Amino acid sequence: MSSDWPGVRLHVVTGKGGTGKSTVAAALALALAAQGKDVLLCEVEGRQGIARMFDVDPLPYAERRIATGLVSNGAPAGVVHALHIDAESALMEYLSMYYRLGRAGRALDRFGVIEFATTIAPGVRDVLLTGKVYEAVQRNSRNKGAIDYDAVVLDAPPTGRITPFLNVSDELAGLAKVGPIKNQADTMMTLFRSPRTAVHFVTVLEEMPVQETADGIAHLHEAGLPVGGVVVNQVRPRDLRVKDLAAARKGGLDRGAIRSDLEVAGVEVTDGLVDGLLDQARDHAIRRALEDAQRTLVKGMGVPSYELPRLSAGIDLGSLYELAAALRDQGMA
Amino acid sequence: MTRTHPRVGPLVARTAAAPLDVDALLDDPGTGIIVCCGSGGVGKTTTSAALALRAAERGRKVVVLTIDPARRLAQSMGIEALDNTPRPVAGLVGAADHGGSLDAMMLDMKRTFDEVVEAQASPEKARQILENPFYVALSSSFAGTQEYMAMEKLGQLQRDAQAAGTYDLIVVDTPPSRSALDFLDAPERLSSFLDGRFVRLLLAPARGPARIMTAGLGLVTGALSKILGGQFITDLQTFVAALDTVFGGFRARAQQTYALLQAPGTAFLVVAAPEADALREAAYFVERLAEDRMPLAGLVVNRASPPPQGELSADEAMAAATRLRRDGASATAPLTAGLLRLHADRQRMVEREAALRERFAAAHPSVATAVVPALAGDVHDLAGLRVVGELLADQPS
Ligand SMILES: Nc1ncnc2c1ncn2[C@@H]1O[C@H](COP(=O)(O)OP(=O)(O)OP(=O)(O)O)[C@@H](O)[C@H]1O
Ligand SMILES: Nc1ncnc2c1ncn2[C@@H]1O[C@H](COP(=O)(O)OP(=O)(O)OP(=O)(O)O)[C@@H](O)[C@H]1O
Ligand SMILES: [Mg+2]
Ligand SMILES: [Mg+2]
Repeated sequence: MSSDWPGVRLHVVTGKGGTGKSTVAAALALALAAQGKDVLLCEVEGRQGIARMFDVDPLPYAERRIATGLVSNGAPAGVVHALHIDAESALMEYLSMYYRLGRAGRALDRFGVIEFATTIAPGVRDVLLTGKVYEAVQRNSRNKGAIDYDAVVLDAPPTGRITPFLNVSDELAGLAKVGPIKNQADTMMTLFRSPRTAVHFVTVLEEMPVQETADGIAHLHEAGLPVGGVVVNQVRPRDLRVKDLAAARKGGLDRGAIRSDLEVAGVEVTDGLVDGLLDQARDHAIRRALEDAQRTLVKGMGVPSYELPRLSAGIDLGSLYELAAALRDQGMA
Repeated sequence: MTRTHPRVGPLVARTAAAPLDVDALLDDPGTGIIVCCGSGGVGKTTTSAALALRAAERGRKVVVLTIDPARRLAQSMGIEALDNTPRPVAGLVGAADHGGSLDAMMLDMKRTFDEVVEAQASPEKARQILENPFYVALSSSFAGTQEYMAMEKLGQLQRDAQAAGTYDLIVVDTPPSRSALDFLDAPERLSSFLDGRFVRLLLAPARGPARIMTAGLGLVTGALSKILGGQFITDLQTFVAALDTVFGGFRARAQQTYALLQAPGTAFLVVAAPEADALREAAYFVERLAEDRMPLAGLVVNRASPPPQGELSADEAMAAATRLRRDGASATAPLTAGLLRLHADRQRMVEREAALRERFAAAHPSVATAVVPALAGDVHDLAGLRVVGELLADQPS
């Protein structure tokens, strides 16, 4: 199975809050880390979501090995490393990599300047966070002994913030008009705008997240940033055939026939059980109709889309591999 | 609908939370403000609007402050205009007979911020601030600006309501943040930012003990200019100097609103989805409210999977579906097998959600809880809100 994104080194995963960005980013990292490939999974929002999903101690500002990738066709899997990026550590690293600020560097910290600058000017914070992501993709020769990754997956800020987050040079434009940070931002933009980057959206089949996805894609296009695929997450089981759905919605399913099927299946049938099954069928059919309408909108967005099932037992490490396999089978990795 | 039925296994010893009496809360004339908090996407906006509608139809004079409602919901409430002012909602049932009314508005964050600046500074100063690139960044994307402005707007509504007697209940939705705590932290974050070392340094470089720091400041501004460019520091100093005049006012207002949230007429409702993350956030929030002595009315577990009827367990249903696929010859066998699989899926969800709720209740036994089932369709009009309101009020006792 070949991947839809062969040339992509940086996979950015965004989406409306709570739709499953962190889950999908983790599954994608596992899926990409097949066949001996090394993958870095980064988070930037200070939530330690990766540590929670992989059930490890909170991550420091350092690349830590957290899992082996998905075994695929018997080929040995690669390794997934994880990195928790915070703006202050990124700035300190940046300063020590580029400037010998010495006393001034420490003074920046002591006077609360870093906190100040990153608070008052969100663009500065973003350029520090994306700067580190950039460095992970395009390793800096000053970073001795750093791992060269085959792919970097970013668990990114939500849809509403993704364009300004990646469009760092524009966001800084009003604040820092010249200087090394501005130059650095311009260099980063060449990677973010190139086909080596893909911004994927995670959505569920509901009106608001799908609408936000459409808006987000439009904003990326306007900003000249590369749109990746749409991952439709938490898809409900589709256990009823299309022809039964309409009848289920109208309450027109054949009660007697269902009852005798249940008896054949060895179920102890009560009226309550049959009523319950018919109610569930109706709810399900109504939801399916809404979902199908949203799915049509997703298909009409003109980008590849992938579907992941809603796992009724919730997400643990095992289910991340399950989702990773589903992404690989559909060609996302 | 039967909500609970006998189970075996670990769920038998269920610690049930006390049911939340929503109507008692809404009808109590002592309830002046209801704040709906919770992590992203759990149903804060829907719950606030549903409570506001129900309260109005039960006779309260209500205003609801919504934040980023879904487009169709905003349309159906007649508030898609975004003019930062409450507008009457049409289509209420029975409200007038009981003396109730409902106004609704959608928060315009930037506009609210601009208005605060304009109210605090001279026109000249205000203009300087509004045009500064740092203000533009701060007012449109400072983490916490939306929360802070929601509080500011709540304060304004409350002052207006008291002055004019227009409303006797304010229902407040909160912004779609990662964590419910962001709402409570926002004013603190803004004032600690305004009180920050560096801001004080920029403001009073040559005074008193700060003189020693001046050497440090030179070093710092030098380093910043080197990295960010000289213009950065100039713009920053202009901005901080201009804001200096309005700092006091900002802080005083934030403190007032915070005090309002601690007052006995306020009731917090924590909304959560029946998921581990959302319930963990809800637990943090409940603990934080207690620390800050803020009045918690209860927990709303929204979009719960409705428990299926009948005694069939998930495993039995799956086994039966498999048998039916193998042995069933009738035309409807695939349909019935599908129904059984749906039943199993629902049953598993219900069990997992019940376990999560139980865990919450064990840690926070005194928190009254309302469980609202997931509706099959979206909630995007008054009829839908009314249904959610009824479900909120209809808790088994
Ligand atoms: N396919 C799935 N099946 C079942 N549960 C899922 C699935 N995907 C995500 N979840 C659950 O949904 C919740 C939200 O997922 P996740 O944390 O990945 O979302 P997010 O978009 O990163 O959220 P946030 O905006 O808070 O960062 C989690 O509890 C997660 O376990
Ligand atoms: N009980 C329910 N049954 C079915 N759908 C619901 C229910 N409650 C909310 N919804 C739907 O869930 C979606 C999210 O709800 P809502 O906008 O109220 O969440 P929110 O917490 O305000 O989200 P945000 O954090 O983005 O502001 C909406 O489409 C709404 O119609
Ligand atoms: Mg996340
Ligand atoms: Mg909302």
